Amino acid sequence: MKYLFYPGCSLHSSSSAYLDSLIAIQGKLGLEFSEVEDWNCCGANEYIALHRIPSYALIARNLALAEQQVNGSNTLVAACSACYVNLARTAKYMGTDKELNTRVNDALAAGGMHYTPGSVEVRHILDLMCNKLGACKVKKLVERPLTGLRVAPYYGCMVLRPDPDKRWRDPESPTALEELILATGAELIDFPLRTHCCSGHMPQINTETSLDLIHRLVEGAVQSGADLLITTCPLCQLNIDGYQAEMNKQFGTSHKMPILFFTQLIGLAFGLSPKSLGIGKEITSAAQALARIGVKVEPEPPVLKRPPKDQRLPMPHMPKPYGDDL
Amino acid sequence: MANVSPVPQEKVGKASPPPRTPPSQASVLEFFRTISPGLPQIEFCIQCGSCGGSCPAAALLDHTPRRLFALIRAGEMEDVLQSNTPWYCVSCYFCMVRCPQEIHITDLMYGLKTLAYQRGYTRNNKATHLSKVFAGYIEHYGRSFELGIAARHYLRHPPANLVGTAKMGSAMFFKGRLHLRPEKISGMTQLQKILQRAKELETAL
Repeated sequence: MKYLFYPGCSLHSSSSAYLDSLIAIQGKLGLEFSEVEDWNCCGANEYIALHRIPSYALIARNLALAEQQVNGSNTLVAACSACYVNLARTAKYMGTDKELNTRVNDALAAGGMHYTPGSVEVRHILDLMCNKLGACKVKKLVERPLTGLRVAPYYGCMVLRPDPDKRWRDPESPTALEELILATGAELIDFPLRTHCCSGHMPQINTETSLDLIHRLVEGAVQSGADLLITTCPLCQLNIDGYQAEMNKQFGTSHKMPILFFTQLIGLAFGLSPKSLGIGKEITSAAQALARIGVKVEPEPPVLKRPPKDQRLPMPHMPKPYGDDL
Repeated sequence: MANVSPVPQEKVGKASPPPRTPPSQASVLEFFRTISPGLPQIEFCIQCGSCGGSCPAAALLDHTPRRLFALIRAGEMEDVLQSNTPWYCVSCYFCMVRCPQEIHITDLMYGLKTLAYQRGYTRNNKATHLSKVFAGYIEHYGRSFELGIAARHYLRHPPANLVGTAKMGSAMFFKGRLHLRPEKISGMTQLQKILQRAKELETAL
């Protein structure tokens, strides 16, 4: 099945592993993603803080592009949580709020574009995999069951909430990632904080609070006995992965909780090589956790270090009369 | 001549503001109609406090969303626009799904941010600066650029742990997760035209 795909900025840079793994597994699942041509940033939660109509127009340009480029199904698939929520909200609000629809289309007309509400269906990749394909399809394709790996799911916020199109039964106790973990043959760890906030853009605004929230999640995962976390959101991955060293320093802990994308875990179960799935790009290395099930991640190239400078004062020294052997 | 007793002096200092009459229900609704799409439903707030109780950033807020809504109803817009509450919102949408009255709280926070920014209440605000830097990259390249955003934001507001942040940045760079140049979309002139027109269409809040 052909789908239009909206990658979003982070999949092109900081979360390229998500895109790598998605491309690696799409063929096996029978999905074909074609990227929306010339898409622009959705503005995350930042652009909407400053301008109202321009932010909806910014997002609607992507919807209009998708409407023009529809081939196969009219489903637009997003992988990043913030992109998904922005696209889905705008599509919904343009359908329900006539005034907003007129203004946004007026702005789009300045660039020679138009978006008809309802012409594109926005879905998240997790929603597509669980509610359309089904976890049983994933289970049938598993070639290397991840038996013995203890995996905890972590959803983050925006895939489940606010859920403008009512895709999930319960936004606070979801079961989608759980089904996928069980399908891969890994051991499912109950992680009560799985829908809590990773602090979003807070590291740039108030570092202490963000480290506190990240600490709560990592501590929870460690205490529930997980080897690794899997997630659906690029920003959650970046916050938990990248700020873990700083968090350890702040709280005097020494946790090393790797966090991968759920597509990477599925790819491993499909028997694909870790390198093709982008495993190794995470800052808190998952090599130790994956070694438990016999998956070898290629060792990192040794970091070149300058030899320490000789700080001793120059001293005269006696030549050794008998060589170094004595 | 009759000895006229002096008029008792008022408190020295700022004159107390004239008592404000709370705005009518209709005008409050109209206000929210202009800042939030769809049906904001603020008139249904029953002051239960589920929003503040669910907020991950609650410890930082000067008013919880519940108090903010009460202030809006009382017409204390000055307090509302000076509040840091919308700026600490991380868009986790917990309040929105837990609200028994289904008020679109997160959307209202976006609206309040826009209003406060456009009326000039947000000087020296870290969150505003981050948003402005982010918006700058979108308006010039059409995509976000993490290295540029981080660099420009941290030059103005240095991180608490500079060494740690630099270490994380370099680790990301060596793992190939940080690009040195921004990506630019090819329809940039078209996007700028759209945004220009949209800014004209934005009602003067």
